[in-house]
Amino acid sequence: MSNDILVIAEHLDGRIADISFEMVGKARELAAALGGQVIVLALGSGLQAQAGGFASHTTLYLDDPLLAHYNPQAYQQVIAALAAAHSPRLIMLGYTSIGMDVAAWLSVKTGRPCIAYVNDIAVEQDAIVTRSQLYGGKMSAESATRADSLIVTLMAGAFAADAGRGATPIQPIAAPVPLAGLRTRFTGLLKPEAGDVDITTQEKLVAVGRGVGGEDGVALATELAEALGAVVAASRPVTDAGWLPKTRQVGKSGLTVRPKLYLMLGISGAPEHLEGMKDAELIIAINSDENAPIFNVAHYGATQDLFEVAEALLEAL
Amino acid sequence: MNIVVALKQIPSMADELPLNAQGSNLDFDEVDFVLNEFDEHALEQAVLVKEKSGGAVTALGVDLIEALDDVLYTALAKGADKAIKIVGDFEPGADSHTQAAWLAAVIRDLSPDLVLTGVQAANDLDGQIGPMLAAHLDLPYVGVVTGLEVAQGVAKVHKEFAGGVVADIEVDLPCVAGIQAAAKPPRYAPISKIRQIAKTAQIAEAEAAAAGPDAGVTLRRMAKPVATGRADMLAGDAKQVAAKIIDILTERGLL
Ligand SMILES: Cc1cc2nc3c(=O)[nH]c(=O)nc-3n(C[C@H](O)[C@H](O)[C@H](O)COP(=O)(O)OP(=O)(O)OC[C@H]3O[C@@H](n4cnc5c(N)ncnc54)[C@H](O)[C@@H]3O)c2cc1C
Ligand SMILES: Nc1ncnc2c1ncn2[C@@H]1O[C@H](COP(=O)(O)O)[C@@H](O)[C@H]1O
Repeated sequence: MSNDILVIAEHLDGRIADISFEMVGKARELAAALGGQVIVLALGSGLQAQAGGFASHTTLYLDDPLLAHYNPQAYQQVIAALAAAHSPRLIMLGYTSIGMDVAAWLSVKTGRPCIAYVNDIAVEQDAIVTRSQLYGGKMSAESATRADSLIVTLMAGAFAADAGRGATPIQPIAAPVPLAGLRTRFTGLLKPEAGDVDITTQEKLVAVGRGVGGEDGVALATELAEALGAVVAASRPVTDAGWLPKTRQVGKSGLTVRPKLYLMLGISGAPEHLEGMKDAELIIAINSDENAPIFNVAHYGATQDLFEVAEALLEAL
Repeated sequence: MNIVVALKQIPSMADELPLNAQGSNLDFDEVDFVLNEFDEHALEQAVLVKEKSGGAVTALGVDLIEALDDVLYTALAKGADKAIKIVGDFEPGADSHTQAAWLAAVIRDLSPDLVLTGVQAANDLDGQIGPMLAAHLDLPYVGVVTGLEVAQGVAKVHKEFAGGVVADIEVDLPCVAGIQAAAKPPRYAPISKIRQIAKTAQIAEAEAAAAGPDAGVTLRRMAKPVATGRADMLAGDAKQVAAKIIDILTERGLL
């Protein structure tokens, strides 16, 4: 086992995602403490220039037309092969749609333990100690690993991306496993249609969560939004239930917004929602649960019934 | 089409989450358990596939807290055809690796065409069980799936990425998929129907396989997250809170 750290870069729609740089920045710090090197692995097609932008010690780049878009089985098998070849002390992936497919699979296949949802990681004496978020952000767990090699998936936005940017030239590699005949095949990418409104360009958003209970609650919030000159946005359960269109969803699998006002009604503040709105200039959260994690992020909060507050606001406006 | 859907009960996040005396995990005796919300979607997606392509759905879970029967009866009421619970002498905090091994042993014997899990449950440290099952069973895995159709031995799935971007991916059957959201909102089963089923339906039992090596991770401590900030809490009744919000917005030129 080496003391190196293998970081799996990821890209979407031709662009290397920020999480890749965030991981490399943190990996630099950890590698210094462990006395190892940071090895980035990027799988792509035509991404040579971007892949040359990491502050790594080595950047391995595998170019193949089949890798222009994410392919689950290709990632799993290539990463497993490189993990075997390099025996890294730590393998870092994003807690993203890609990392979530690969990390736990790799854990079982390679016999390395795995820790998900990590938002902090450090070297303590010789152990790797992680902090991860559980229960929708309501609990934080500190764990240490006994094994000499570990896999972690890191939360997007937990570390600064700039620390991971650099100019390490890529080292092209050949596919360590055949990429033909895979059991998973990419067939197309669908981008969100321009919606009724673009919530990313709004100055004021009234965001509703599962706490609004249904379409009546959404109607009340819409009325309030109109009175405030704002637009209605939503958490995932609201769009999954069909109470609002997908184009209104904020968060990990929705849109990222930075409005001047983000007024939240009945949203708990799960990490996946925070990913899309934590940089809003003014966050006001109404949630009847005083332990809701959103109160650790909002600037102002009230533990009131959202319907009563919405109605009182409408009356006063 | 032989479809297996894995269902898991997790502590309800709507409630206070009490810790045990050592602060090393939750006090599982003091929490309410609910079905993981993504599993509602996995079940719905399984039933949708069955309705379109034929076949049978088996609902399966590890009965960690001896309360899985209700979940399984509800699954039967919503369209599952068979229910199996894995029984044994469990700790509710058993790690994902151990549970994946138990589930994989039972699923292997069912020779499924399609295994659906929830994309994740918010309560474990060591990753999700869907990809672990795929690794044990040597099947392909795709997670974060929001819609799945089956035709000619292939599953066509929508897989979500950030920013609302969705990929279409084809996966050869048999496969495992982690469902984030079913193609339609989960259906509702009337209590009367669930009660009726509970009177007549059989839940098969399977013994948990001998435990393999654990996840290799030591949970040192669990705690409420150290707040990096704390909202300024607006006191008073709804009217007073509304008035304060209007003051804040006015002060910032937002009204
Ligand atoms: C891969 C992945 C991607 C995801 N992507 C996203 C994403 O893009 N966006 C997203 O939002 N989520 C996303 N999620 C889901 C996320 O994990 C949470 O489940 C979700 O954010 C919870 O939404 P919520 O806060 O509306 O609901 P809940 O967590 O159920 O919270 C509802 C809140 O309303 C409060 N409430 C209830 N009634 C009232 C009342 N009358 N008055 C005041 N308060 C009340 C409750 O106290 C509670 O805190 C994703 C999950 C996964 C696994
Ligand atoms: N004990 C269990 N019994 C049945 N299914 C499970 C169990 N644990 C996890 N799963 C399945 O795996 C998915 C991911 O859960 P987790 O691995 O806990 O994040 C869940 O949504 C379930 O579908």
